[in-house]
Amino acid sequence: MRNPRFERRDTLPKMIFIYAVLTIMFVVDIYPVLDIVKISLRPYSSLFSSSLNIIPADATLENFRTILTKPDTPFLLWMKNSFIISMVTAIFGVVLSTTAAYSYSRYKFIGRNVSMTSFLLTQIFPAPMTLLPMYILLRKFGLVDHFTGIIIPYVATAVPFSVWVLKGYFDTIPASIEESAHMDGANLFQILTRIVIPLSLPALGVVTLNSFMMAWNEYAVARVVLTNNGMKTLPVGLVGMTGSFRTDWGIYSAGSLLAAIPVMILFMSMSKVLINGLTLGGVKG
Amino acid sequence: MNLYTFRNPAFNGLSNYRDILAMPEFYTTLLRTVVWTFVNVFFHVTIGMFLAICINRNFPGKNFFRVFLMIPWAIPQYIAVVTWKNMFRTQYGTIDIILNKLGITGIAWLSDPSWTFVAAIITNIWLGIPFMMMVFYGALKSVPHEMYEAGEMDGVNSWQKHMKITIPLLKPVAIPAIVLGSIWTFNMVNVIFIMTDNTGNDVTQILVTRVYKDAFTYFSYGKAAAFSVLIFIILAMFSWAFIKANKSGEGVYE
Repeated sequence: MRNPRFERRDTLPKMIFIYAVLTIMFVVDIYPVLDIVKISLRPYSSLFSSSLNIIPADATLENFRTILTKPDTPFLLWMKNSFIISMVTAIFGVVLSTTAAYSYSRYKFIGRNVSMTSFLLTQIFPAPMTLLPMYILLRKFGLVDHFTGIIIPYVATAVPFSVWVLKGYFDTIPASIEESAHMDGANLFQILTRIVIPLSLPALGVVTLNSFMMAWNEYAVARVVLTNNGMKTLPVGLVGMTGSFRTDWGIYSAGSLLAAIPVMILFMSMSKVLINGLTLGGVKG
Repeated sequence: MNLYTFRNPAFNGLSNYRDILAMPEFYTTLLRTVVWTFVNVFFHVTIGMFLAICINRNFPGKNFFRVFLMIPWAIPQYIAVVTWKNMFRTQYGTIDIILNKLGITGIAWLSDPSWTFVAAIITNIWLGIPFMMMVFYGALKSVPHEMYEAGEMDGVNSWQKHMKITIPLLKPVAIPAIVLGSIWTFNMVNVIFIMTDNTGNDVTQILVTRVYKDAFTYFSYGKAAAFSVLIFIILAMFSWAFIKANKSGEGVYE
């Protein structure tokens, strides 16, 4: 192919094959989202229909109006709760894991390997089992139905993965840059904030996004810690709607879309950062 | 023992472990968990790596595909699983409608437990591909171009190029990704939990959903805790053995 927009060595049949594979995957990936759109646009009377049209003939935005105004499902309040909890989790998680990962990357100390391995081991232990002891602890501290009570477990969940990703990235920054800054009289805090952090923005982007998404999507812990209707996060509120005797799938789907679209846009707009910052191991050329 | 205060526990030695290890059901569930983990991780890695190789080149539409192929990772998991469950419904679900049009009828995805397990596997494969794709794509981008040019000079074809150059170079990234992916899949509660309406029928459950059921449906907390410790031991041994066998500990530990 002569077209400069393609690679020189990619032949026409090969590119047709690649486009076909990618298009099939694209359809498989986006179809479930379109399915939610379809159900959310249906009026209650035709909720059960076997039509495959994406936009139903009798499409209506009624479900969206209902979820935003119905008093027993304070959707906007849940969204605000989710946003506050996820933001605070992301900020605390990133600060804690940046400082931890930097010391793992730059210093040798007793217990270094043991504590790094134990971070990995926390990922192995089945999460459901930690639920009850955690609930009992939180109740003793009076943190049930408090945002603090949910933020502490979330930060603890996010930190191990963040530390591993950040440490891997910090390892690739040559120590000589920091040494020369040290010669020029920069202290440790200045080295961290002026040199290491600006050089690690892709990895910091990944862990911030990952912590935020984890808190935004988490259900099992939030369900036991936040019981008051006004304190609930989006997942707890939405899943609670499907529990009733007769689920109105139209309203549920409208709520799901409103909960999913902001994070999907955030996530997909950061895909470049994700690719550059997600370092598991490393490729040796 | 009083579950609400954790006071006055009675010590009963290893009897919880003995009970579990004497149950035939433990071994069938363990086998099902291994099948679940292997099938899921196998497809996550192979499809993810294949897609990464596909988009690791210049072509019009590259950014479009790169962004949109991330949808399963970007959508909140509980919403995705509920949606897939609705798609598997008989008569009204999209998958059933499409299969009927193709002349395949009578698969009771949600009422026949064996098919529910298949539905859960399909859903979980869908969920996990983008993570692997992104990890491998990030790694592929740092493979120096000259290696392929050198290969071309030596006259290797496209297939050999990937088998002899790409895959060996991806190994340091693939080992930690496979270990992490296996752990996450082994301990994945959401998919089977939501697919089976929280029942976790004996034919669909894996070890970790069994833990959930023992603890929160039967309130037999001691047994659930013993199950968890067994899961922990199995996964720790697997991770250690897998990393050792592939001798790429440096990717994880240094």
